[in-house]
Formats: sequence, C-alpha cells, structure tokens
Amino acid sequence: MQPEWIFGLVGGLMIGIAASLFLLINGRIMGASGILGGLLDGSGRSNMTERLAFIGGLIGVPAVISLAIGGAETHATTNITILIVAGLLVGIGTRLANGCTSGHGVCGISRLSLRGLIATVFYLFAGGITIVLFKHILGVI
Amino acid sequence: MRALFAAIAGGLFGAGLLVSGMTDTRKVQGWLDVFGDWDPTLAFVLGGAILPMAIAWSFTHGRAPVLGGVFPAKPERRVDWPLIGGSLLFGAGWGLVGLCPGPAMASLGFGGLSGLVFLVAMIAGMLAAVPIRRKIAAAGASG
Repeated sequence: MQPEWIFGLVGGLMIGIAASLFLLINGRIMGASGILGGLLDGSGRSNMTERLAFIGGLIGVPAVISLAIGGAETHATTNITILIVAGLLVGIGTRLANGCTSGHGVCGISRLSLRGLIATVFYLFAGGITIVLFKHILGVI
Repeated sequence: MRALFAAIAGGLFGAGLLVSGMTDTRKVQGWLDVFGDWDPTLAFVLGGAILPMAIAWSFTHGRAPVLGGVFPAKPERRVDWPLIGGSLLFGAGWGLVGLCPGPAMASLGFGGLSGLVFLVAMIAGMLAAVPIRRKIAAAGASG
C-alpha cells in the first residue's frame, strides 16, 4: 500500500499537465467553473464545441476508469438539504469570484496572479471555518 | 482539432482528479479540517498541479498557442468584493460537501444521487449568478 501522498502528487501532476496542454495547445485557461459557466450564461457561445468536448472528457474518462477498475466513490453526504445549499453556494460563489480551485488555484497561482492567490486564501479560509462550525461545533456534517 | 485536444485535456484532468483523491469528499474535508484530523494529501495535489503549469506559463512568452489564437492576457490585479465574497461563498459550499466544480463533474459517472443533486444545485447557482454578474459588470463600466 503506497502512502496517500504519492497518489496526490501523481494525480496533481496529471491535473497540471492537463492544464498545461489546454494552455499551450488550445490557448485557454483550464478553469472548471468558467468552462461550464460560459455555457450557461451564453458568454462561451463562440467556443461552445471546445467547452462541451472538455466537459465530455472530464465526465467520460473518470466514468470509464471507475467502471473498469471500480472502487471510485465520492463518500458525499446523502443529506439533500446540505447538498442543495452547498451546490448553490459553490455555483454562485465561483461565478462571482470568476474561478474555482482549478482556475484560481492551479492556473492562477502558477503565474503568480494576485486575484488567484487572494481567491485561494479566502476559499480555503471559508472551507476551514465551515468544517469547524458544521463538523466540530454543530456536528451536522 | 480544438475539440479533440479539449477532450484530451478534460479527460486527463478528470483522471487526475480521480487519482489524486479530489473526488473523494472525505479527503477534501480532511484537508480543510485543520483543527481536527488534518489530511495533508491535497497539498501534494495542488503542488503537483502548479509545478507543470508554472513551466507551461513560462513557455507562453512571445509565442502563440499551437492551434492558433493568442494566449490569455496578463491577469488583472483588481481585488474587489465579488472576488472575495464569491470565494467565501464557494469555500463554504466546498467545505459543506467536499466537492468543487471540477470534481463535481468528474464524479458524475460514479457519484450516485448525491453527486447528481449537488451538480444540479451547482448549475442552478451558476444560473442565479448570471444577473448578479451583469449588475457587477454594469457598475464596473459606469464607475
């Protein structure tokens, strides 16, 4: 059994190489919320095919891997209220901030973007506070 | 060609999210649980992802993308309330369930009903943000 960090590092490198390919070949920033959000608000109409193809690969490849190897699980809560509230927060928040973990975190920090750094500090901070509040104090997650 | 390479990038991104543990909400919530049973795995994920991307950015200077067009402009330096407030809302939602937008899509094939409910709510949230983004853009243009 390899230590978990090796999987983290290898998976992280794969994410970084994917982002590098998308930048150097397609000339685009690999931000998950922006690629999806641009399809929803119409701002991505001019490169809709590229966005849909990206999302197709993003959904399809892990689905095939999990079918072939098995064992892939999200271990997500089954509490519908928490799922809906959290989904709404992630959707609204990433579009207001213009980016999420991939866009601000990976693509932004790697070019020392001030906005990417600030966004990452604040979403990590909010995530940490949420765990303290809802796990350790309220005990609902 | 653009679609083909977009699909390859998306597929590799999804596979990386799966391998790294980003689609496992227990690992994500463990990483955010600094005051509890902290799981440092995600530091390796973020570090591993930033490293090749930093090299990729250094290759963009004075060049053009392989498939044509131009590279993204230099990042804006403006730090405003939508950036901070939006990131706080996003972080709160990320902490509550442990899924951010990439993994929410990547886990659709194996995430079951929970994953589907989260993804639909996330899309609803993105749609709800459309008029707010428009107002922010209008305020920015007039101010």
